[in-house]
Amino acid sequence: MKEITGMKEIIKPENLVYKKSELLTENIMHYCPGCGHSTTHRILAEVLEEEGLRHDAIGVSPVGCSVFLYNYIDIDWQEAAHGRAPAVATGIKRLMPEKFVFTYQGDGDLAAIGTSETIHSCNRGENIMIIFINNGIYGMTGGQMAPTTLPGMKSSTSPYGRDVSIMGNPLKMTDIVATLPGTYYVTRQSVHTPVNVRRTKRAIRKAVQYQKLNKGTCFIEIVSNCPSGWKMTPVQSNKWMEENMFPFYPLGDLKTPEEQPAN
Amino acid sequence: MERELRLMKGNEAVAEAAIRAGADGYFGYPITPQSEILEYLMEANPYTTTGMVVLQAESEIAAINMVYGGAGCGKKVMTSSSSPGISLKQEGITYMAGAELPCVVVNVVRGGPGLGTIQPSQSDYFQAVKGGGHGDYHLIVLAPASVQEMADFVGLGFDLAFKYRNPVMILSDGAIGQMMEKVWLSPQKERSKTVPGWATTGKPAGRERNIITSLELDPDRQEVFNRKLVVKYNEIRANEVRCEEFSCEDAEYLMVAYGTSARVCQKAVELARAQGIKAGLLRPITLFPFPSAPINKLAEKVRLILTVEMSAGQMIEDVLLSVSGKVPVYHYGRMGGVVPTPDEVVDCLKTKIIGG
Amino acid sequence: MAKIVGSIVVNVERCKGCEICMVSCPTGTIAMAKEVNGKGYNYAFPANPDLCNGCANCAVVCPDGVITVYKAKI
Repeated sequence: MKEITGMKEIIKPENLVYKKSELLTENIMHYCPGCGHSTTHRILAEVLEEEGLRHDAIGVSPVGCSVFLYNYIDIDWQEAAHGRAPAVATGIKRLMPEKFVFTYQGDGDLAAIGTSETIHSCNRGENIMIIFINNGIYGMTGGQMAPTTLPGMKSSTSPYGRDVSIMGNPLKMTDIVATLPGTYYVTRQSVHTPVNVRRTKRAIRKAVQYQKLNKGTCFIEIVSNCPSGWKMTPVQSNKWMEENMFPFYPLGDLKTPEEQPAN
Repeated sequence: MERELRLMKGNEAVAEAAIRAGADGYFGYPITPQSEILEYLMEANPYTTTGMVVLQAESEIAAINMVYGGAGCGKKVMTSSSSPGISLKQEGITYMAGAELPCVVVNVVRGGPGLGTIQPSQSDYFQAVKGGGHGDYHLIVLAPASVQEMADFVGLGFDLAFKYRNPVMILSDGAIGQMMEKVWLSPQKERSKTVPGWATTGKPAGRERNIITSLELDPDRQEVFNRKLVVKYNEIRANEVRCEEFSCEDAEYLMVAYGTSARVCQKAVELARAQGIKAGLLRPITLFPFPSAPINKLAEKVRLILTVEMSAGQMIEDVLLSVSGKVPVYHYGRMGGVVPTPDEVVDCLKTKIIGG
Repeated sequence: MAKIVGSIVVNVERCKGCEICMVSCPTGTIAMAKEVNGKGYNYAFPANPDLCNGCANCAVVCPDGVITVYKAKI
């Protein structure tokens, strides 16, 4: 493993400040350079490791760019048909209530074909965590328009920009599920800067704690980038995201439980 | 606890049998003519007795995917619906075949296509036996002809599903689902405390992570898997054929019919014999694997075969394949939810004999 | 007077040259190499190692987790 290091003298175990999570497998992630999916995978693995859930977590991966998620985090996985992860997770959690169960889905998976499963699992208050990566595009299939594609935003199926008079407005799924009594913690985060990564990590950790309370669904939207689909460099895509996606999908908690969890 | 004798609807027998078979979960959705299964389970509330989970989903699609999740954990899970609902479940079912997941799916068939009728039919035979979803796969398909078999096939279905890690379909119909008959119910079986090694249970230190998926992008590896399924289906063909013969020993004319049509034909055989026509009936119990060999054997000594189906004629194709031209094969059927009468069948047989 | 110094270790072959660590580094430690790794990416590396204070911003934001960070008082 070819490495380049800074000052060598201080490279000693006791000086270690950050290293990749043990739960991340050796597989190189297939995501495009700078993609928010891989950052979120990393954060998720770190939380699962730090919360000691390696042996108790069952994840449900979607169809989309993150379809190979099960190759990257060393826990038990089930892969759901496109859009059906919340239903699969419902089956798992109802039959294995003592396990930490979560889905990880993209915007097409969760807010287009899976709308019904998303709304109804949240409405039943399934005690699962849903991680929702919103990058406003279908990445895996080559950059098509998604339910969260912004008005005027170009994609391979809205080459002249999304025309809301024909294709409707972007769907704010997180706001919708926040209104459902079944959801316990609903937040919108991002992973494009160190500060936001740390906030996202805190949000996922909260969701882990909350799931133990059996008080309802924890829903974490991560507004993310798609350098290839948006045809920008990673750094440009994060800047474009701040200027265009954030005004439409403002970051922050939409629903937080009244009493703090007992941890 | 001994067996128990009850008078029950077919649908209710399925529900009670599921509880007694030690099922872990049932995920359903209302649709006539099978809603009693969900209703019965909701009323019985087995969560409080055996711990069995019963949940009404928001759609048949959600229900089959909940089954997928439960099956992926190695649990005994099932769902039920009727024709249009089963069409909605096809994607979930082929995913379970592709992920080699065991489950039981009950189809209480009604007249189609489209919204169709709510009366009994057998027009889902192709969908059930030839595969209603995409890809090379088969379901083990059991065809009950009585309320007793509606009950018995739930336990049998789970056994076969786990033995072969494959979905099992109980292909019933609206008549059998709604009729009441005596039924012997087996004693309560304890829900299993262990799950197979392939199940997702949360990864213990001692094993690699389990991944339930049907995805394989490398065609060579996918072909290896496809071949593995072919071997499985041939094993099922070799070991799991079930059928029943009535008055076939000296039969000169053979009827082939399953489910409600088989009940009608049993009477038709009697009526025909009363008129000096030596008729017999072979009733397939498994539609996949289809009883080709027994039919082929009988084809050597009968003059013609009449398949009776509440459809335009679907199983007849498998009968034709089984006899490979030895004897003429005819079809008699009513559609739209109309159930044929024994006399109609006898009259048809007579015209075929004279015409034959 | 004790000084906080940091040091990063970059797994060159796994870096995809996305530059997000570079723009997230508060001290300008990181730059993109002229050479490319086995995958053809210009990889990140500590161009000005002495500026590094071990804040780990780079590692925290790296999509592929290719950076390991050390920090010490000297």
